[in-house]
Amino acid sequence: MRPVAVIGIGKTPFGAFHGRDLRSLAVEAGEKCLKNGHTTPSQVDAFFLGNFAGPSFTGQNHLAPYVSTALGIQGVPATRVEAACASSGSAFFHAYAGVASGVYDLVLVVGVEKMTSQPTPRVTEILAGAGDCAGEIKAGSTFASLFAMIARRHMYQFGTTREHLAAVAVKNHANGALNPDAQMRKVITMEQAMAGKPIADPLNLYDCSLISDGAAAVLLAPAERAGEFTDKPVRILGVAQASDFVALDQKPDITTFPSVRLASAKAYRMAGVGPADIQLAELHDCFTIAEIIAIEDLGFAPRGGGGPFTLAGHSARTGDKPINTSGGLKSKGHPVGATGVAQICDLVLQMRCEAGERQVPRHSLGLAQNLGGSGATCVVTILGTV
Amino acid sequence: MSDATGTIYTETVIYSTTEAFAADVPYQTAIVSLDAGGRVTGRILGERVSIDDRVARVEIRDGVPFFRKIA
Repeated sequence: MRPVAVIGIGKTPFGAFHGRDLRSLAVEAGEKCLKNGHTTPSQVDAFFLGNFAGPSFTGQNHLAPYVSTALGIQGVPATRVEAACASSGSAFFHAYAGVASGVYDLVLVVGVEKMTSQPTPRVTEILAGAGDCAGEIKAGSTFASLFAMIARRHMYQFGTTREHLAAVAVKNHANGALNPDAQMRKVITMEQAMAGKPIADPLNLYDCSLISDGAAAVLLAPAERAGEFTDKPVRILGVAQASDFVALDQKPDITTFPSVRLASAKAYRMAGVGPADIQLAELHDCFTIAEIIAIEDLGFAPRGGGGPFTLAGHSARTGDKPINTSGGLKSKGHPVGATGVAQICDLVLQMRCEAGERQVPRHSLGLAQNLGGSGATCVVTILGTV
Repeated sequence: MSDATGTIYTETVIYSTTEAFAADVPYQTAIVSLDAGGRVTGRILGERVSIDDRVARVEIRDGVPFFRKIA
């Protein structure tokens, strides 16, 4: 296996964009990325598209060549990857594998979702398709309710509080307020975060990520060729994907995600680093409890320590382990299929010192964690500039 | 051991949902650890339940088990 680098990034803003379709968003991110990586469409050896539910949201299928040809990328393999909210994390992982193994040199990965074309109850229904439709979903579960049940159990076993959950939302909103591409650039108070409209007890509106349109793209190349395209390559030091049960009721313990533990253990081993070495992270805060558990499963805090870790300010932008300086899914937005690649883009911005007002001082080793469903897929990526 | 009785492993009350369940809001779902072993996701009828409460299955509708709190 040969070392691989990220040589280009590109993103659309995240938000509700009436009049923009899936393809135009994906093309905008892809074009920005190719330009950023000083690459022409004809140089691209393969195209991967991360997308969760384009066919359900928009009616369009066969999406990978639908997007790649619009980008001017002709003839090469164009493949869509679906892994719920980890769709583009998984697309990134498979693109990495293609470059590392020597099958391809330049690979473009685009993640995209167009969600606001449907009313909220229909969006909830489409998202529920990432759960076990014959069991938990048939019983009336929504994704918020699955994570609510996880939160309840975490509170019961570890004493996690409503205040801990709210602290995640307050922090991520504070960060998102500084991100010009974020969907909700709004600072919220602890009181607001505690008193949001109930969605599924104990989660309220401020515990839930947003319904978003958006796209993000990264361009990968063998590290030895990175200098041909950019002065600021970022190395992929470790990346791994792991899987687990889709149905929450099949998991022996719902307060931890084995897929996160497996993927991170592999990624840490590949990179030759441990949790204490990570300087900043983009974590999958689809719901506030998910960030708390990710902090624990990645080894940043012991089990049950994720809430206190957050409340104490360790994960704040000014803390010793800044998490979701982009605003996270909570404030930046969560166009499901774009999220995994967007996390990589946000880390790369920090690592290139291009993160503007939200730039953190220590940025040479970053981690991204992208979760699918209630943990059935996880992709963990470790990036470095050293 | 019965697969019709069990203990609440976790639960939630849902306020925002899909069109198919909108008429039921708010409703409670739970993961029940069955006395016979294994867990199942079901609906709660009547009194709200909390973790560790004992429940009995009172009916199955379209494959979905409905439970009720027992003393």
